[in-house]
Amino acid sequence: MSGSLLKLEGVTKSFGNKEVLRGVDIDVAPGQSLVVIGGSGSGKSVMLKNALGLMTPDKGKIFFDGEDVTNATGKTREKMRARVGMLFQSGALFDSLTVWENVAFRLINTEGTKRKDAKERAIETLKKVRLGADVAGLYPAEISGGMQKRVSLARSIISEPDLIFFDEPTTGLDPITADAINDLILEMVRGLGAAAVTITHDMASARKVADEIAMLFEGRIIWRGPAGDVYQSENDYVDQFVNGRAEGPIQPAI
Amino acid sequence: MTNPLQIIGRVTLGLFSEIGRLAVFAGRVKMAAFTPRWYGGEILRQMVRIGFYSLPVVGLSAVFIGAALALNIYEGGSRYGAEQFVPNIVVLGISRELGAVITGLMLAGRVSAGIAAEIGAMRVTEQIDALETLSASPYRYLYAPRFIAALLTLPALVIVADIIGVMGGWLVSVHGLGFDSTVYLRNTVDFITRNDIIVGVIKAVVFGGVIAVMGCYQGDRSQAGATGVGRAATLSMVGAAVLVLATNYVMSTLFVEIGL
Repeated sequence: MSGSLLKLEGVTKSFGNKEVLRGVDIDVAPGQSLVVIGGSGSGKSVMLKNALGLMTPDKGKIFFDGEDVTNATGKTREKMRARVGMLFQSGALFDSLTVWENVAFRLINTEGTKRKDAKERAIETLKKVRLGADVAGLYPAEISGGMQKRVSLARSIISEPDLIFFDEPTTGLDPITADAINDLILEMVRGLGAAAVTITHDMASARKVADEIAMLFEGRIIWRGPAGDVYQSENDYVDQFVNGRAEGPIQPAI
Repeated sequence: MTNPLQIIGRVTLGLFSEIGRLAVFAGRVKMAAFTPRWYGGEILRQMVRIGFYSLPVVGLSAVFIGAALALNIYEGGSRYGAEQFVPNIVVLGISRELGAVITGLMLAGRVSAGIAAEIGAMRVTEQIDALETLSASPYRYLYAPRFIAALLTLPALVIVADIIGVMGGWLVSVHGLGFDSTVYLRNTVDFITRNDIIVGVIKAVVFGGVIAVMGCYQGDRSQAGATGVGRAATLSMVGAAVLVLATNYVMSTLFVEIGL
């Protein structure tokens, strides 16, 4: 396990008769930005939920900083989650809380920080994602989708995690906002020195934020290499995916 | 062609699985509710939503039930010349049975379905996953506060329903049936016992637990989409209402057996 912050070994996961993950082997080093690409239904989100401990794999092992967290509960799981941030595809902001309460949620409810101090830190973190103090008191429903993504990003970085997961960070955003989110992800990840695992099928985003790219297909990692090599992978599946062609070994999901 | 025995077997297994899942869920909610850590702000917020905001619907239901009860008892009692027992039977019926049941049924609709829809929406928009990644257990942060709030506010609501229900009966009796106000109220106060009130309050606590657990359980299991959330709300309301009536019968039998 030396050198890996997160490592998945032979992870499988099925739902009824449907095998979604068929033995995923993947690892991320500290400070490394890994992007996992793959089509709809390829198992990217399920892989991520297993890595986060939101699902338990049927078989295989998951290690975080050398410790087996496959079936971790209680303190072990909390210790891991204290070092992990997550940006959900939908933002997953809590509707009933204001923007600053969302950002400071972990500080107030897990770390026991006083509300006044937590609010100050939340506003500082909002500034890092280019949001002013004027949005701090608004509710998620009162801000745009791009702003919600920024707030969610602020929530994921406020505790300065060692590893951040990004689930489709640019989905549903216009190209300019998506590029701004990519810039922020890069800035935050590099600023914190954190490792990042991003799952996406947006190749512009993948090229921009990745040190390495891996492709998940039919529940297995079928290719992994430096981000710059993805267009010369010499793998028919990767080639078809990154060039967005309907013809090739991958059948369109329609 | 499907064998009928297979269908019966599948339905039976499905029913027992569902009961098992609900029991495990309820156990985890109770564990979270009775052990630290508690989110005081959330509990207070839920007490306001479940208790305070339910006052109008509970009060209105109780006044009409009390009024209708008085009319029917008067009509039935007059066949035997027993009209004078209207205040006694109204207060007994309201305090031991109807106050709690009406409150339970109204909250099965207003609160249980509301909780299921809210938690269901949180489930399908990944807010519950987000809670877990922020090291906050949904059992402690979402479900236990609703459970505790329902346990605490239902008894208070039932006492309010009892008072308003009795006043509904008093209104009709005094202004429609010719009863003397002072005599009616004195008969009511003299007849009711501490046990009658305790019975209603115990039922209220149980109903509170049932209503909150059903709402949280159905919301937690909600499937994606508007249909999934709507279905969770419906299942929660129906399940809570049936369980309120079923547990009411079991408790009434038990209380009669032990002489409470």
